[in-house]
Amino acid sequence: MAVDFGKEVDHVARLARLTLEPEEKERMTGQLSDILDTARRIQELDTGGVEPTSHVLDLPVVLREDETRPSLPLNRVLQNAPRRQKNFFRVPSIISNVQAEK
Amino acid sequence: MKYEVAIGLEIHLELQTKSKLFCGCSTTFGREPNVNCCPICLGLPGTLPVFNRRAIELAVTAAIALNSAVSDQSRFDRKNYHYPDLPKAYQISQYEQPLARGGFLEIESEQSFKKIKLERVHLEEEAGKLIHSGSSILGSEYSLVDYNRAGIPLLEIVTAPDIRSGREARLFLEDLRLLLLYTGASDCKMEEGSLRCDANISLRPSGLSSLGTKTEVKNMNSFRAVETALNFEAKRQEAILKAGGSIAQETCHWDEAKKETIPLRGKEGSSDYRYFPEPDLLPLTLDRALIQNISEQLPELPLQRRTRLKQQYGLEAGEAGLFTENRALGDFFESAAEEYSNYRSLAKWVRGDLLYQIRESGKPVEEIQPKQLIELLTLLDQETINRPVAKELLSEMVKSGKGPKELVKEQGLERVSGREKLMPLVERVVAENPAVVEKYLQGKDKAISFLVGRVMALTGGRADPGEINKLLKEKISQ
Ligand SMILES: [Zn+2]
Repeated sequence: MAVDFGKEVDHVARLARLTLEPEEKERMTGQLSDILDTARRIQELDTGGVEPTSHVLDLPVVLREDETRPSLPLNRVLQNAPRRQKNFFRVPSIISNVQAEK
Repeated sequence: MKYEVAIGLEIHLELQTKSKLFCGCSTTFGREPNVNCCPICLGLPGTLPVFNRRAIELAVTAAIALNSAVSDQSRFDRKNYHYPDLPKAYQISQYEQPLARGGFLEIESEQSFKKIKLERVHLEEEAGKLIHSGSSILGSEYSLVDYNRAGIPLLEIVTAPDIRSGREARLFLEDLRLLLLYTGASDCKMEEGSLRCDANISLRPSGLSSLGTKTEVKNMNSFRAVETALNFEAKRQEAILKAGGSIAQETCHWDEAKKETIPLRGKEGSSDYRYFPEPDLLPLTLDRALIQNISEQLPELPLQRRTRLKQQYGLEAGEAGLFTENRALGDFFESAAEEYSNYRSLAKWVRGDLLYQIRESGKPVEEIQPKQLIELLTLLDQETINRPVAKELLSEMVKSGKGPKELVKEQGLERVSGREKLMPLVERVVAENPAVVEKYLQGKDKAISFLVGRVMALTGGRADPGEINKLLKEKISQ
C-alpha cells in the first residue's frame, strides 16, 4: 500500500487549522509514517474472536440528577480569550479563513 | 422527463432540561452572553463530563414516541472539527451505536396517511452560538461567540429520503413538533433555535429507486422557510438536469431575503470528522426496565388524541385537529364536556366565539373557567337569554372573569318574552308608525321587518324576533 505521507500530513494539518513550516512538515511526515507502521503491525493480529471494545472499564455509567450549579464568573470565563468584545469571545471570520487556506 | 424529489431531514432539538448534558450550568435562554459557562462546557483541560439523567430519559421518551428501537447499549463518540462554536474542537455525539435506530412518524398529507421512516435518533451536545459581523456569514470580517448554548442536550433525528416535496417536509416538521411538545421532550421553538432543520435533497427520474446527487440545504429558520427553500432547490436542480447538466454535491445556504439557495463551497472537503469513541464516557447502558417504564408512562400522543376526540364526542375532523394542536383549548373543551352533554353545541361555541374572544382579549384559555361557559349555555338552553345576548355575555365573561348569571343580573339582560310584556311595546310601535303599517297592509311584506326592529330596540335586543313578528301581525290584522 503506497501512501503519500506528505499529502496526508497536509490534510491533517488543514483539518486542525495548522500551518506547518517545510521542516516541520518533513519531520512530521516521517513521524506519521512510523506511527502508521506501528498501527499496521498491530492490525496483523488475529482478533477474529474478540469483541470490539471502546472502553477498558467494566463499570456502570454514572448519572447525575438534573440540577443546576453555579457557573464561572464572567471574567474567569473570558480570562483566556485571545480577543474579546464586550462579553463575547471574538474570533476571525470562518468562511474566509477556510478559503484562504485552500 | 419527469423527476421525483427525495428529501431527507436532519432535525436538531434541544431537550428541556434545567441543566446542561454534562455539567450543572443552566440552560436558560436569553441571558447575557457567556454567563452559563463552566470549565466542563468550555472544554478546559482536566475536566470530565457526567451524564444528566433527565436528558437521557427525555431522549428515550422522544425515541419511543417516534417508534424508534432504543438500544440497551449505546456509545458516545468524538466528532472532530475546528469551528469556533465548539470550545473543545470536538463535539460529543453518537456515531456507530446511536441511542435508537429506525422508527417512523405518520403524517397526513393530501387527505391520506403516509409513514416517513427514520434512520436514527441520537443524543449529542449543543454547540455555541456565533454572531457574524456584517449581514451574512459570507461577508463577515470576524465573529463573536457565546457559549451559553454549548453543552445543552441535543437530540438529532435523521429521516430516510421519504419526503417528496417542500410541503411534505413542512407537514412532517409540524407533526414532529406537536408530538415532541406532547412528550415534553422539547419546547420546539424554532425562533429561539431549540428546533432546527437541515435537509438533503436530490432528484431522480420517476420510477428509479437509486438516489441522485444530493445537495444539503441549511439556514432555514422557519417551517415556511423549509417549504419554500426545498421547493426552490428542487426547481433549481430540475432546471440543471433538464438542460443536460449535473448536480454538484455541495452545501447550500438559504437566503431568506433573496428567496434562493446559495452554494457555500468553503466547507467542502473538510467533512472528515475522524470519529472515535469518547474515552471520557463509559458506554451508556439502559436497562430494559427503564425503557419499559418510560414507554408505559408515555402521555397520550397527538394522533391518539385526535382519534379519541372524534370517537368520544363525535367531533368533526377539523375540531379534533384544532383541539389537538391547541392543547389548552382541547383541555378546556374536555373539562366542560364533563358537565355539559350537548357536545356539538359545546364544540361550536369553544372553537367559534370562545376562541375568537380569547384571541381578541389576549387572555390565556387556562384563566377561563369551563363552568362559566356551561352556565352561559344553560341560560341559553333555558331561553333565559337569546343568542346575540349570549355572544355579548361571553365577551364580557372573558374580559371580566365574572360569571354569566351575575352579568345577566347586573345588566338586566333576561330575555323579554310573553304577550304580557311584549304586546304593550307592539301597540306603541304600531301607533307611532302608521305610514309603515299602511305599506304593509298594501302588500309590502318587507315593511314588517322594520317594525320588528323597532320593537326589538325597545327590548334592548333581548326578545325573540319570531315572537314579535307574530304579535305584530296579530295587532295589525285586528
Ligand atoms: Zn458548564
